[in-house]
Amino acid sequence: MLPQVVDVLVVGSGPAGLAAAVAAKRGGAERVLIVERDREAGGILQQCIHNGFGVELLKEDLPGPSYAQHFIDQARRLGIELLLDAMVLEVQVPFVAHAISRGQGYIEVQARALVVATGARERTRAQIRLPGTRPAGVYTAGMAQRFVNVEGFMPGKRFVILGSGDIGMIMARRLTFEGATVDRVIEIMPYLTGLTRNYVQCLLDLEIPLHLSHTVGRVIGGSRVEAVETVQVDAQRRPVPGTEEVVPCDTLLLSVGLLPEVELLQTLGAALDPITGGPVVDQSMQTTVHGLFAAGNVVHIYDLVDWVTEAGLLAGTSAALYARGELHGGLQHVAARPIHVRVGNNVRYVVPQLLDAGCLSQGEHKIQLRVLHPVEEPAWVRVVAGNEQIVRKALRYARPGEMITVVMDSKAVERLRLGEELTVSVLPR
Amino acid sequence: MQQSSNIICTTCPVGCSLQVTHDVGQICQIEGNACKRGLDYARSELQDPRRMVTTTVRVRGGTQPLLPVHTARPFPKPAIFALLSALRQLEVAAPLHIGQPVLANALGSGIDVLASRDLPARLEHPDT
Ligand SMILES: Cc1cc2nc3c(=O)[nH]c(=O)nc-3n(C[C@H](O)[C@H](O)[C@H](O)COP(=O)(O)OP(=O)(O)OC[C@H]3O[C@@H](n4cnc5c(N)ncnc54)[C@H](O)[C@@H]3O)c2cc1C
Ligand code: SF4
Repeated sequence: MLPQVVDVLVVGSGPAGLAAAVAAKRGGAERVLIVERDREAGGILQQCIHNGFGVELLKEDLPGPSYAQHFIDQARRLGIELLLDAMVLEVQVPFVAHAISRGQGYIEVQARALVVATGARERTRAQIRLPGTRPAGVYTAGMAQRFVNVEGFMPGKRFVILGSGDIGMIMARRLTFEGATVDRVIEIMPYLTGLTRNYVQCLLDLEIPLHLSHTVGRVIGGSRVEAVETVQVDAQRRPVPGTEEVVPCDTLLLSVGLLPEVELLQTLGAALDPITGGPVVDQSMQTTVHGLFAAGNVVHIYDLVDWVTEAGLLAGTSAALYARGELHGGLQHVAARPIHVRVGNNVRYVVPQLLDAGCLSQGEHKIQLRVLHPVEEPAWVRVVAGNEQIVRKALRYARPGEMITVVMDSKAVERLRLGEELTVSVLPR
Repeated sequence: MQQSSNIICTTCPVGCSLQVTHDVGQICQIEGNACKRGLDYARSELQDPRRMVTTTVRVRGGTQPLLPVHTARPFPKPAIFALLSALRQLEVAAPLHIGQPVLANALGSGIDVLASRDLPARLEHPDT
C-alpha cells in the first residue's frame, strides 16, 4: 500500500526530484514519495544519451541515463517510494495532492512539505511566432530527441535546426550519426548560445555549418515541410531585406529555449520571477508559499545537471527540516526578515531572489546568475549591500550560456543587516 | 612540409582558438592557448583525434525498444561512422545491466561499447 500521508512529497523524478527525495530521506523525513508522470524515473536525462553529465559532482563523465541511474539506485536503496505513470494535477495548501495514475486511478496524498521538481518544457513554434505555412515536419529539438533516442524512429531525412543551444547542436550530431543530413544550424544571436565543446564535437567535426545572426523568415510547404527561408538579422534582430535564402529540407527543429513548467506552483500561489519564469526562492529553495519548495529547471534553466542535483539536495534537506518545524531556526519562512537580492549591471537574473537575514550566519550561501551580454575579457562579479561591497569574484569571461556562481561566505554574510538589499553586478576588471 | 591549422581547444570551457603550425603531426609553433593544456590538446588532435561515441542499439524483449550505449574510452575519430554502422546491425536481449559490454573490442580498437543503463526484461502482459 502506498502511504496516503507523507512527510515530503516530491513531484517529478528528474535529477532535481531524485536528489530532493534522497536528501529529504537522509535528513530524517520518514515517509518520502516521488510522483512521476512518465513510465520511468530519470526525467529528461533518459533521452540525453550523450555523455557530459556528472563531471563536477561525481567527477565522472557519464551519459545522461547513467547519471540518472546513479540517483535512481540511491533512492531505491533508501526506501523512497516511487509512483510512476502518475500525474499530479493539482495541490491544495497545506498540502493535499490530487494525482491520477494508470494503475491506481485517482489518488490523494497529504504531505507536510512539498518539493516541485517538474522541470521545463520547450518553447514551440507558437511562442516564437514563426511565419509561413503550417505543414507537418516542425518539431522541437527535445521532442525529436525523444523520438530518436527513446522511441526509435527518425522524424525526417533532411534537417535545418534553429537555435545553437546545446540541445540543438547535440541533435545535429545525433541525426547525422543516424544517417540524416543536417543542412545547417542557424542562430539569431551574433554568438553561439551553447557550449564550445558541443560546437566542436557536434558541428565542426561533422562539417555542419553554423549561421550566426540568422533566423527562419518563413516555413514553406503544403502537407510537409519542403523548405525554410532563412534571413540574416541586424543588431536589433530585424531581418535584413535581400538576404533571404531558400533552404530545401523536410524537417525543421526548434531549439529555442526552455520554459519552467510552473502550473502547479502557480495554482499554489507561489510568486514567480518574470525573468526566469520560475518561482521566487530563498536560500533554502523555499518559494513564497510556506512549505513549498522547488528545484531544478522549474526554478531556472540550468546548463549543467550537477547544479540541478545540488539544488535538489538543498530543497530536499530544507523540506525535511520544514516537515519537522525546524527550518530557518524554527521560523520556517523568510517572510519575517527577508533580504532581497536584485540584479545590477549586465545581470539578467539571480537565484535565490530572497535570503533569510536571521539564518545567514549559518555557513555559506551560493548566488547563481546569468549575464545579459557576453564579456570576452576578465570581469568581476560584485555583490553590494547598500554602498558596501561584500563579495567580489574574478571571472576570466562571462557568457550568457554559462551560469555563474558566487559564494557568500560567513564573513560576507556577517556584514549584512536586516532590511538591506543586495545588488549583483558584472563589470569589466 | 609545414601546415597550419586552427583548432579550438575543448579541454576547458574557455575554448581557446589555437593557431598551430605543424609538420607531420609535430607541432612547430602554437599561438592562442591560454595555458599549457592547449598544447597537449593540439598534439592529440593532430596525431590521434578521439571522441566519446554515444548511440543506441536495438533491444529484444526489453521494457524499452532501445538501449543507450557509450564507448568505454574515447574512440578514434576516423572510425566513428564504421562503429556506428556496426552498432546498427546489433540487437541485444534484455535484461541488460549498466556497464555491461554490448560490443567487445569494437572494430579491433581494444575499446568496448557499454550499456549506459539497466534495461529490465518486459513482463509478458504489461497491461494486465
Ligand atoms: C537535450 C538536453 C541536453 C542536455 N545536456 C546536458 C549535458 O550534456 N550535461 C549536463 O550537465 N546537463 C545537460 N542538460 C541539462 C540537464 O539535463 C537538465 O538541466 C536537468 O535534466 C533538469 O532536471 P530537472 O529534474 O529539473 O527536470 P527534468 O529532468 O525535466 O524532470 C522533470 C520531471 O518531472 C516530471 N513531471 C512534470 N510535471 C509533472 C506532474 N505534474 N506530475 C508528475 N510528474 C511530473 C516530468 O515527467 C519529468 O520526469 C541537458 C538538457 C537537455 C534538455
Ligand atoms: S588552452 Fe587551456 S585555457 Fe584554453 S581552452 Fe585549452 S585548457 Fe582551457
